Amino acid sequence: MSANGRQSEDAITPQKKAALLSALRAILPDAAVLSVAEDLHPYECDGLSAYRQLPLAVVLPADVGQVQAVMRLCHIYRVPVVARGAGTGLSGGALPLAGGVVLSLAKLKSILAIDTRNRTARVQPGVRNLAISEAAAPYGLYYAPDPSSQIACTIGGNVAENAGGVHCLKYGLTVHNILKLEVVTAEGELITVGSDALDSPGYDLLALFTGSEGLLGVIVEVTVKLLPRPERVQVALAAFDDVAKAGAAVAEIIAAGIIPAGLEMMDRLAIQAAEAFVHAGYPVGAEAILLCEVDGANEEVSEHIMQVRRIMQACGAVEVRTAKDEQERALLWKGRKAAFPAVGRLAPDYYCMDGTIPRRRLPEVLRRIAELSKEYGLPVANVFHAGDGNLHPLILYDANQPGELRRTEELGGKILELCVAAGGTITGEHGVGIEKINQMCVQFTSKELAQFHAVKAAFDPEGLLNPGKAVPTLHRCAEFGALHVHHGRLPFPELERF
Amino acid sequence: MDKDIGAALQERVAAAHAAGTPLCIVGGNSKAFLVDRTPNGEALGVAAHRGIVDYQPAELVISARAGTPLSDIGAVLADHRQMLPFEPPHYGETATLGGTIACALSGPRRPYAGAARDFVLGVTIINGCGDVLRFGGQVMKNVAGFDMSRLMAGAFGTLGVMLEISLKVLPRPACEVTLAQERGAADAIDVMNSWAGRSLPLSATCYDGHRLFVRLSGTETAVESARNHIGGETIKEAGSFWENIREQRHAFFAGELPLWRLSLPPAAPRLDLPGKWLLEWGGAQRWLKSDEESAVVRNAAMDAGGHATLFRGGEGNAERLHPLPPALLVIHRRLKQAIDPKGILNPGRLFV
Repeated sequence: MSANGRQSEDAITPQKKAALLSALRAILPDAAVLSVAEDLHPYECDGLSAYRQLPLAVVLPADVGQVQAVMRLCHIYRVPVVARGAGTGLSGGALPLAGGVVLSLAKLKSILAIDTRNRTARVQPGVRNLAISEAAAPYGLYYAPDPSSQIACTIGGNVAENAGGVHCLKYGLTVHNILKLEVVTAEGELITVGSDALDSPGYDLLALFTGSEGLLGVIVEVTVKLLPRPERVQVALAAFDDVAKAGAAVAEIIAAGIIPAGLEMMDRLAIQAAEAFVHAGYPVGAEAILLCEVDGANEEVSEHIMQVRRIMQACGAVEVRTAKDEQERALLWKGRKAAFPAVGRLAPDYYCMDGTIPRRRLPEVLRRIAELSKEYGLPVANVFHAGDGNLHPLILYDANQPGELRRTEELGGKILELCVAAGGTITGEHGVGIEKINQMCVQFTSKELAQFHAVKAAFDPEGLLNPGKAVPTLHRCAEFGALHVHHGRLPFPELERF
Repeated sequence: MDKDIGAALQERVAAAHAAGTPLCIVGGNSKAFLVDRTPNGEALGVAAHRGIVDYQPAELVISARAGTPLSDIGAVLADHRQMLPFEPPHYGETATLGGTIACALSGPRRPYAGAARDFVLGVTIINGCGDVLRFGGQVMKNVAGFDMSRLMAGAFGTLGVMLEISLKVLPRPACEVTLAQERGAADAIDVMNSWAGRSLPLSATCYDGHRLFVRLSGTETAVESARNHIGGETIKEAGSFWENIREQRHAFFAGELPLWRLSLPPAAPRLDLPGKWLLEWGGAQRWLKSDEESAVVRNAAMDAGGHATLFRGGEGNAERLHPLPPALLVIHRRLKQAIDPKGILNPGRLFV
């Protein structure tokens, strides 16, 4: 499957292609320019493998100067560029364009400096997320955002997507944990955004670049903040016979003035799948489980975990457990962290959604997802970053059954529209990419989308950086025929929607 | 008191766009001193656009119209034992939420909790074409579209008239204690950064040239344990001490000498510039009272990896903000053009 007829838009003449390839080979070693199909195949998709497309070429620059040279060349040839990190993204943001170049940052993978006094690390974009924390560990420091793909995903991709993780409520997203970027512009110019200080003069371009999905520039260096490892970490698990009770416990914990480091919820199907897979000791009869992790100073953790236990019980938990030791804590988390692959064992394929909703709307949103699941005849397991309202419904399907992928995508789209209607958003941390491009028409008005396009043009007037991703054209929205749902207010507000 | 004048404001901006009339956005007018280039334009008063629109304590989110007084927001949050975590300075009783975000001002808690921009979740703005646009939302995690909300923080009204702002809020700490220790300057910078590298419940630091003040926040037992670890004399009137630092009413800020704000990497060594210093934010925000030449102060800040702003005083026509490198200036101008094509919103306030 390819992204709706992009090829025709990106057509390139054989002469132009030959000229571009030879120009690329003049600035990069031969081995760093891939152009035959068998070499291109590993780059045909990212973590969203339902969308595949071979690019015109893949280039693997080894330093910033080479990245600039590639960008200058592509600018001269008016050839679009898709930057790519580890390719673990889940929204097709790194999906190649048929007439475009994939710019892999994989070779820029050095940790350039760790400044223990200022508690920062300066790294190249191809450095893996977890590698930063590993390098900082001897100094008692770590990098806080921990997307579930952290062993493989790279920091450049994390910045491009504003990656999150399970500790966002307390420690924030990527945007809260970086200080400075070196960026190569569409024209090949190198600019510095942010600084080693806590703020910089001018507009907050650091925020604008974070989560811009490769549409504004190519990130070639990142300075991240490092935090001290908390003195102690403790986790409690509670089982509930009703999702609404688990949701009430979440609200009560926060109302009590506790900001947990992690607060995760799983529904019945997700619990059963996880338990069958990793034997974490989860209560398989439960309708929902809540994992609550608190960290910080030793005394504070003791006090908070006792309070959390009391709140969970008061909210009707049928069972509350606290990890006795580090081993049990790791086991309790293992079930949650293995939830996606565990659910993946229940069906030949699964499709991971990524909406965010105000937490208080959770019970009704889950009820509506269950109805939709029935309607489409496709099971849905739900994993929820309950602390920050980020919901990951996992739709189970079989791609070999004719039409099932199409129905899955349709159901997924309905779930995202449901999130918008509940006052939330179509993507909490995975990005829009190509996957949610139609739902952008639901979340934003045409004037808002036009503003996004104008901002992109300020950085990339020729539209060469990852075109067609993240922000839909107004034409596309008209074709999609989306109903724009603004501020959670649907037309006919008197009608009950859930 | 609460009033929604969003439609009237939109009409004014749309008319100004059509006629090419420059507008000067005015909230509580408490921070006009921050940027001395007052735009030449018709005043667009936004202070009447006020009121808290939505506040859900358990969601940790508050949404309010831009003209809402900062003190109103503080009071409502305090009723629910919550706070704006970036502890914004008011610089006057008329301070509004919109002005605070437009100036991206943060107070003593900033290095340990985050800056104003870190807590912005969503905004509704009127752009320079008179279109009402909404970006972000009321949820913690949202990566749909470019982060236009945070872009408004520190844009001084040049990228849109803010109508409504949603912010993440946090619980007030159960207990706060402030300690003071005698230290030399180099030693103070060193120890503040050592503490920040360890798991300690820090929430503010300040060095006045003789004494280092450190505020601890958290549960009573955690604060007690950290107090024993850090040591020093417990300050009695800690609340007013930090408020005076935040509002620049501390004795250091008195006098006629120009006041510079240097934003530096926190562990940067002491800078060799003449004048009096007051350090905050673990060393990341340093105030200098000095009549040294601008270029000397700016170069020293840049050499240390930061920048310098002429915050108060100085010559009337002095450049207050740190100049941008040419490549960034081009991007700033293009971005301004993309959002306000006729340049009618606070023209000339930033980087002409």
